[in-house]
Amino acid sequence: MLRIVKPKTKRAKRELEKRAPKLEENVKKLLLLHGTSVSSVVKAVISDIYHLKKTGRNAIKLTRKNDNVRPFESGGETSLEFLSQKTDCSLFAFGSHSKKRPHNLVLGRMYDYHVYDLIEVGIDQYKSIASLGGGRKLAPQEGSKPCFVFVGEAFEAKEQFKQLKEIILDLFRGEVVETVNLVGLDRVFVCVAAADKVLLRHCGIRLMKSGSKVPAIELVEVGPSLDLTIRRNRLPSGDLKKEAMKTPFKTTKKKVKNVSGDSFAGKVGRIYVPRQEVEGMALTKMKGLKRERREAAIWRSGDGNGMKSPRDHKLLQHKKQRIDKYS
Amino acid sequence: MLLGADEGGPSAELAPSEPSLPYYIDLGNLLVYDPTHPGISPSSSREDRDKECLEAGRTLMQALVEKLFNLPSTLDRVGRLVNLPATLTPLPREKPLPKPRPPTKWEIFAREKGITKRKRSKLDFDEMSGEWRRRHGYKRVADDNDIPVIEAKDSDGLGEDPFSKMNKGKKERVAKQEKNQLQNLKHAIKVGGKGALPSTLQLAATSLPIMGAKDTYKKLRKDDISQAAGLASTATASGGKFDRKVPGEKTLNHPGKHRKFLPVAEGKGQGNEEKNQSNRVLNKVLARHNHDILDVNKAVNVYTAEEESKRAREKWNEGAKKRKKVHNDRMGKKPRQNDRMGKKPRHNDRTGKKPSFRGKG
Repeated sequence: MLRIVKPKTKRAKRELEKRAPKLEENVKKLLLLHGTSVSSVVKAVISDIYHLKKTGRNAIKLTRKNDNVRPFESGGETSLEFLSQKTDCSLFAFGSHSKKRPHNLVLGRMYDYHVYDLIEVGIDQYKSIASLGGGRKLAPQEGSKPCFVFVGEAFEAKEQFKQLKEIILDLFRGEVVETVNLVGLDRVFVCVAAADKVLLRHCGIRLMKSGSKVPAIELVEVGPSLDLTIRRNRLPSGDLKKEAMKTPFKTTKKKVKNVSGDSFAGKVGRIYVPRQEVEGMALTKMKGLKRERREAAIWRSGDGNGMKSPRDHKLLQHKKQRIDKYS
Repeated sequence: MLLGADEGGPSAELAPSEPSLPYYIDLGNLLVYDPTHPGISPSSSREDRDKECLEAGRTLMQALVEKLFNLPSTLDRVGRLVNLPATLTPLPREKPLPKPRPPTKWEIFAREKGITKRKRSKLDFDEMSGEWRRRHGYKRVADDNDIPVIEAKDSDGLGEDPFSKMNKGKKERVAKQEKNQLQNLKHAIKVGGKGALPSTLQLAATSLPIMGAKDTYKKLRKDDISQAAGLASTATASGGKFDRKVPGEKTLNHPGKHRKFLPVAEGKGQGNEEKNQSNRVLNKVLARHNHDILDVNKAVNVYTAEEESKRAREKWNEGAKKRKKVHNDRMGKKPRQNDRMGKKPRHNDRTGKKPSFRGKG
């Protein structure tokens, strides 16, 4: 027997609607978590990334140990996929620390709550937001749209670097916007390839006067700054990639209201005409309808007792009254 | 074209517009990439590396800013806004594309028949109240709840309440609609998979106790617990008679049989039931066609049984005469007291049943 399960409250319904697949997708949310053993460095990196992403509830940080999560091993992703579904996150950063892989950070993406691709990086050098004075005047505004700078041919030539570039972009880019405030350009992620390492720097942007329309730029490190070594990676399978890269068919034509027509009528517009109040309308007064003229016409027709006009008649009446009064 | 090698990578249109800037710029993502830079050498000292890194970043960022500040812009209260073009770097979706809902049974039928949806006005004239009212919702037109009197019709059954009939009809229609909806959803899943279901709905299997599925947990009430305890305490060979009682233990609320007696006093509902029951039996027995309710099989059985026993009796009687003769000849004595010779055989009493009526009452 099957039955329909509906959400019991409106709130639950809204929540489900938020999670539903859409043509224009929501901002990808980030899940931050760590394994059974984790170094203080990795913990600090995770909390720094959380700090960067938390605006608009775009990041969820789990603070307990997760012993079932081993993203690269088969069966070790079940727990991760469950958490992804639970929190509706499609990006994750998993921190761990072992003798074999010290200061380890696994970055990955999910598609339809299943692991899409993974990349593992080791943290060689790390400067935190706090150590670089993140609270200073130049600190970027929380949740502002970041810029990305990638330097080095490795990001094009090497498969792992290419993947890391894409993941970093996906991780931090936030909402896709149509307009951007030029004053609001205040942060940039600089990624530079250095042999087998990637130097990731989060910098604040200072716009300086240059005498022309375009300002001069100065970058100030605001943290976190990371030197990363790429370890293991897993690319998506061909089918999965094809499925995930599908783009919706967009109709660029916007529906025009109140304009219709065909080949016979041509273009026909419909306009709104408000209701006319004929009752209280001020019409032009016509001479022929004036009372004096109306009465004059009556006199002329013969009811006036030889008087020339109603005016004469009125004067006569008045005269008579005065004579009666004083006599 | 700089980066056209990969099919997912930037295509010809992404190539830098100015030859002086060999950068790949994705304005939609505010991304700038220099693919010609060899990268920083890792052998240099940490400070040098950091410096070099920032310098490279600054150069590229300057190029991006130059592009951005030269885009057509609008002046706003908060600053200068520029319209960004669409993003160029393809990134995977997080969820599959939404699927269109498969058509319902009605929609398929309507398409076949060429039935199109008509737009109905929100207001409709209500003849009962003589005013224009909304078609649906509160204070709607022709609301069943507003009908004060329903005129009796010839087709009305005796004692039938037209109002309750109306309510019943409504409930039935709603139930039917719900059934149809469920059918459509099931069909949608069959055709389009799980994604074809509306995001807010789920189809779940209801547990059937026969199938061994766990029933949904229901919180036990105090009464249920005491009832269970009472049942457990009587589940011994002696029915709990010789068991030691726990202090505070209560006996079952209704031990023994639960007999129900119908009320004899007349009244509504169940009060009438006793009379109805006897009426039903009497009507059947006293009906003109009461032979219809005769169980022919049973009657035939009874008849044949009687015949058989009759024959057996005759046989016995014949045998008895012979035996009597032999006996008297041999012993010259009176027959014994407990001998049933000459009497009806005992089993005859048992089989001699009257034909009974078949019936429920």
